[in-house]
Amino acid sequence: MKVDQTIERCRELIAEPLGAIAERWKESHPGGRAVACFPVWSPAEVIHAGGMLPLGLLGAGATVELTHADSRFQSFVCSIAKSSLELGFQGLLKGVDGLVFSNICDVARNLSSIYKRNFPHFHVDYLHLAQNSTSGGVADYMADELRRLARGFEEAFGVRVTEPSLAKSIELYNAIRARIRGLYAFRIAEPQKLSTVELYQILRAATQAPPEEALSRLDDLAAELPAREGRPKDRIRVVVEGAFCEQPPLGLLEVLEEAGCYIVEDDLFLGWRWFTSDVPADGDPFRALGQSYVGRAVPSCTRHEGRESRAKGLIEKVRRSRADAVIFTPAKFCEPALFDFVPMRQGLEREGIPQLLVEFEEKMWTFERTRNEIETFVESMLFD
Amino acid sequence: MPAEVKERQYQGKVHQLSRDLMNAWMAQLARANETGEPTGAIMISGNCVELLRAFDIHPIFPEVTALQNAIRHQSLPLILKAEEVGYSSDSCADVKADMGLFLSGGMGPGTKMPYPTVTLCNYVGCNVYVKWFEHLAAATGSELFMLDVPFLRTSEPTAADVRYVVKQIEELIAVLERISKKKFDIDKLREILRYSVRAEEGYARSKDLCKGSPAPFDSYFDAINMMGPINVLRGTREAADFFDEAVKEFEGMVAEKVGPLSEERFRMVVEGPPPYPYYRSFRNLFTKWGAVAVASTYSTVGGIWEWGFRHDPARPLESIAEQMLTENLTNRSIVARYGQIKRYVEEWKADCLVIHSIKSCRLFSAGQGDMREYFTKELGVPTLLVESDLEDPRYYAEAQLRNRIDAFFESLEHKKLVAA
Repeated sequence: MKVDQTIERCRELIAEPLGAIAERWKESHPGGRAVACFPVWSPAEVIHAGGMLPLGLLGAGATVELTHADSRFQSFVCSIAKSSLELGFQGLLKGVDGLVFSNICDVARNLSSIYKRNFPHFHVDYLHLAQNSTSGGVADYMADELRRLARGFEEAFGVRVTEPSLAKSIELYNAIRARIRGLYAFRIAEPQKLSTVELYQILRAATQAPPEEALSRLDDLAAELPAREGRPKDRIRVVVEGAFCEQPPLGLLEVLEEAGCYIVEDDLFLGWRWFTSDVPADGDPFRALGQSYVGRAVPSCTRHEGRESRAKGLIEKVRRSRADAVIFTPAKFCEPALFDFVPMRQGLEREGIPQLLVEFEEKMWTFERTRNEIETFVESMLFD
Repeated sequence: MPAEVKERQYQGKVHQLSRDLMNAWMAQLARANETGEPTGAIMISGNCVELLRAFDIHPIFPEVTALQNAIRHQSLPLILKAEEVGYSSDSCADVKADMGLFLSGGMGPGTKMPYPTVTLCNYVGCNVYVKWFEHLAAATGSELFMLDVPFLRTSEPTAADVRYVVKQIEELIAVLERISKKKFDIDKLREILRYSVRAEEGYARSKDLCKGSPAPFDSYFDAINMMGPINVLRGTREAADFFDEAVKEFEGMVAEKVGPLSEERFRMVVEGPPPYPYYRSFRNLFTKWGAVAVASTYSTVGGIWEWGFRHDPARPLESIAEQMLTENLTNRSIVARYGQIKRYVEEWKADCLVIHSIKSCRLFSAGQGDMREYFTKELGVPTLLVESDLEDPRYYAEAQLRNRIDAFFESLEHKKLVAA
């Protein structure tokens, strides 16, 4: 079946080092530039509008051994920061020309400038994404911030980011996000036909390829998935929350599913599907994109949302996906997720929604204890 | 074996004055809790306390409350209380001590610490501030205002950054007018800023005096006597007068060539906040070596005044915005901090850099290994990195710290002997 082949292709793609992907793309785009984006949200549209290749910088998982980065970052710092830096030390980003970070947390903030100091050949930009969504000045500010980013690319790489090119890129990424929303809706409806391990690979591959190629693959999947066979199993439906930055090992997602869960919602690759509806492609595209960051955003631990309870978005997600429970999966030492866990858990308790906390690290490789915990949790729900 | 170095306990006057001022401020908060006068929670880093003062809103600094509890050895039960409701052992202990205080009934009606009427999150670099104040506002039911200050990611703030912050300050003023039921009086704010300028001048002068040898005070361990007045009480006549007194005392000490220790053997720059639960013990580990901090980064979290920035009463809102955007440690990158420390090492003629890396505050600590690489390998500055925490006593391992500190200063002493 073609779906399986497509997913296999995604699996191959995400196994490649980011630098190798960039180098391959450059063979067919002589003089082209590749820019990697650290989670959570980066305006990939601005990069693409300059004729560059946007990629996701998502750490190294268990693929590299830390030989330099752990002397730069202490033991109490998350793994994605260290392994992302290690990629630089080991030359595995050769082919990538620029990096974009943003104010998601204090570690990402420091990582950005440490990258710049240690690897001056990269063009490193740090975006300050607005945290005051209600100020009368926020739309202007965000538009200016995206223009500043674009000017940085223009000066560093000699590219041009024009309003018409940005509008086109917004349309392309709108299409990609619409397809991803479609896949999420499909998984809610028929989780037995699309596992989260597969969906993860599809999404991650979309961050490691030119967006035109990603869109074509997503179109193929949308056309073929409904006909896929899949027998419903006796599992509970869960929302996975907390893995929006550091990537959970595939083994962890496999264990969650094997232990009796259909993951019907999650916050994986949240930044690559940030908008709840299409970004307007008319008018000033910088302003439209910037305004959408605050006005069309999914709930996220990395963005202040006024006085709305942090739990509200999660509870809505549970209701919308008809989930039975929530499994919190914050990465070890991830302060945004760990802080939000408290009000989220309190909100779930008020609503009587069961929840479980499972911390992870990207380089985690044994999952038996986790399997045990999940199985016990699932059994307690199935046989209660 | 050189004679043992002792602490001189010189700081009687400045220390006592600071303590009296801070106690008076705490008493004001307790009174406000009884009378229902408006209060505003605000963070230390790059703060705009002058705006609260312009409306007679009493400022509450949850960080100060947390650190006061730590230095009095009262933080652990509060931290544990917060962990009971789900706060992680890996997240900032300042937040946990503050939320633990709430959960233990240590703030609000009937206590000495009022609930804030307004929770003003001056988001100046530290992302944890956002979470902290979201939680505090939700718990206490106070109005939350998010003052979003763009991080200094270019050499100067962009025009858009300044416009955005000034716009928010104007919006904040409208909120404060409503809460305090008082009209904004720009002349009153200008008057407050004139007091700020006097305090800033005095703090900068005090630090400058530490360029002399011996330094008249320890710019890390003794700086907390000045950090209260400069960060919490800035904008008051009392704080301005305090710094006049401090400068007078320090100038006298410089003239008499006396410092905080019986002998100044090593001049160090210290990076990172101190371990408040073991403040005295930690200090003693350096005292015995005759090591005096002549400059520190921690003393600049609220504002960097030593390079000449002052609030400008003629441009009140703009200069408040500029201070929040550029003139404080937390809104600058860690690598910009390397530049600040380098300047301290050179201009204050330090022998070494000591990095106290704390788990709670990743803004300070994440990447300090890179800082050590830079100072040791690229600049040849002897650098020691030790770890504990500013709030959580569980992370303080005295024997391990002593071993590392002793080994470092032994080696430094050996180098001095060889060089001589």
